[in-house]
Amino acid sequence: MSDVKDENRARFGVPADSMVFARGVRKSYGPLEVLKGVDLDVPVGSVACIIGPSGSGKSTFLRCINHLEKLSAGILLVDSQFVGYDLRDNRLYEVKDDLLCQRRAETGMLFQSFNLFSHMTVMENLIEAPTQVRRIPPDQAKAEAEILLRRVGLLDKVDRYPRELSGGQQQRVAIARAMAMKPKVLLFDEPTSALDPELVGEVLQVMRDLAESGMTMVVVTHEVGFAREIGDQLVFMDGGVIIERGAPREMIANPVSPRTREFLSRVL
Amino acid sequence: MGVAHPTEIRIEPGVAEAVLRLTVVPQRRYGIWVGTALALFLAFLIIRAFASNPAFAWPTVVGYLLHPSVMRGLGNTLMLTAVIMILAIVVGTVIAIMRVSPSPVLRAFAGLYVWFFRGVPALIQLIFWFNLSLLVREVSLTIPFVGTLFSVRTNDFMTPFFSAVVALSLCEAGYMAEIIRAGIKSVPSGQAEAASALGMPYRMILKRITLPQAMRFVLPPTGNEAINLLKMTSLVTFIAVDDLFYSAQSIYARTFETIPLLIVVAFWYLAVVSIMSVGQHFLERHFGRSDTRRDPMTMRFLRNVISLRGISR
Repeated sequence: MSDVKDENRARFGVPADSMVFARGVRKSYGPLEVLKGVDLDVPVGSVACIIGPSGSGKSTFLRCINHLEKLSAGILLVDSQFVGYDLRDNRLYEVKDDLLCQRRAETGMLFQSFNLFSHMTVMENLIEAPTQVRRIPPDQAKAEAEILLRRVGLLDKVDRYPRELSGGQQQRVAIARAMAMKPKVLLFDEPTSALDPELVGEVLQVMRDLAESGMTMVVVTHEVGFAREIGDQLVFMDGGVIIERGAPREMIANPVSPRTREFLSRVL
Repeated sequence: MGVAHPTEIRIEPGVAEAVLRLTVVPQRRYGIWVGTALALFLAFLIIRAFASNPAFAWPTVVGYLLHPSVMRGLGNTLMLTAVIMILAIVVGTVIAIMRVSPSPVLRAFAGLYVWFFRGVPALIQLIFWFNLSLLVREVSLTIPFVGTLFSVRTNDFMTPFFSAVVALSLCEAGYMAEIIRAGIKSVPSGQAEAASALGMPYRMILKRITLPQAMRFVLPPTGNEAINLLKMTSLVTFIAVDDLFYSAQSIYARTFETIPLLIVVAFWYLAVVSIMSVGQHFLERHFGRSDTRRDPMTMRFLRNVISLRGISR
C-alpha cells in the first residue's frame, strides 16, 4: 500500500504530511461548471475552514473529497491515495464498490441536516457502520461507541431516537457516529447552519476538542469566529474558484481581495 | 414625552360581572338541519324497502350464510388474497428497487412492467393466463450440450387456481411497486447519503436504511391494496375457481335464489373488509405520520373500547 502512496507523492508532488491534496479540481453538471479548478493542501492534524457565499461550490468540493461526487477533471488525494480510482498505466480505473466503500469509510462526513438514521436509536446509529461495514463484533463496537458518546457528552442518550434529541445533540451524535469509523479526516458541511443560535456553541465545542486532539478537519462553515479561533488555514471560495487563502486571523483582519472583504463585512 | 405604560390593569367594579354574564349563541345552520332530515327520511325509505320486500327472502339468506360450499368459497377467497398479496409484495419490491436503480435499462424495464400490468384490466390478464396453452403448448428448459432438463405441458400446470395466482399477483405487483417506490422516494436523500459517507455499499443501504424507513409510508396504502385485492379476487369466478362468489353462483344457478345468495356474498365481503379496515386503522395509527386527521367515529369508539379493556385488565 505504502508504495502506491510513495509513487503518488513522487508523481504529483504531494507533501509528506498531506492528508487532503487537491489540484485543478473541476466539476460540471451538464453545461453548468460548479468547480473551476480548485487547489488545496490540508496537512495532517490541521483544520482548514472554507467560507464563501452559497452557490460558490464549497459544499460540492467537500463532497468530491470523499467521492460522493465524481470529479470532472483534476485530482484529489486523501492520505496520498485516490478515493474512487486506482492509477495504473496512466489511467484512472474506477474501483469496485466494496473498495470504494472501504476507502470512503476513512473520511467521515457531517451534514447540515445531521442525517442520523431516524429509525435507529443513538447507539444503533453509532454501531451500524462499524458492525456492518467493518464487521466489528457488536460488544466491541458498543464499548467503543460509549467512549465516543462520553466524549461528546451524550452517554445518557444511548437509547433515544434522533427525533427525541435537540439539533445540537443530534449533530454531536452524528460526530460520534463519524468518529466510530476511526476516520483519517472529518469533513463538515455547514454543521451548525441548521441549529438554533443557542445550540451552535455545544457543537463548536465538540469540534474544538476534536481539533485539539489532532483530528484533520475540513470545515465548510459560516462561523467566521470559529474559523479564526480553530482554523489553521482559511479559504474563501466564490464562483467555483478559491479567491483567497491564508492564516485565518490575518485574512479576516486584512483581506486582500475586495470580494473577500465584501463577504466578510456581510457575515461578521 | 411618551405614552405612560400602566404597570397594572385596574378592573372597575361591575365590569367583571358584566363579562361573566355574556353567553355565546351558536350560529344557526338551517342547511344542515334540512340535510339531516332528508338523510333520515331516505334511511327510513331504504330500511322499509329492505324489510318489506319479500324478494329479499331474508330467511333464505340466513339459511345460506353458513352453507358448507359458501364457507369453502370464503376460505378459498381468503387464501387467494393472502397468497397473491404476499407474492405481489415480493415482486413489487423487486420492481420498485429496479425503478430507483442507477441503471437506465432496469429502470425502463420496471417502468414498462408497471405500465403494462396496471394498464391492462385484471380480468383480461386473468383470462389470458388461463389460456396460456393456446400460446405456449409446453414449457421446457433445454440447455445446449446438456439436453432437455424438464418439459411440462402448459395445460398440466396452468390450473384455474394457479393461473389466478399468477395473473392477479403480477397485476397487483404493478400497484405494489408504485406504492413501495413512493415509500422509498419519501425517505430523505440525506439518509442514504450519510450511509454511503460511512462506507455502506448500495445494497446494504437499501436493506438497512432505506427500506425500513420506507415501511411506514408503505404500510397504510398496502392495507388499502389488500382490501381492493380481496374484492378483485371475485374475478376468478370467470375462470371457474371455486371462490366465494363462484360458490354462490353455482348455488343460485340451480335454485334461482339469486338475490339472497348475492346478499350472502356481499355480507361476507363486507365482514372481511370491515375486519381488515380495523386492522388497517391500527396499522396506520402505528405508522402514520399525520395525527391531525379526524378519525371516523366508529374507529374512535372501537379504539376506546379496546383501550378501556386494556385498563380494566
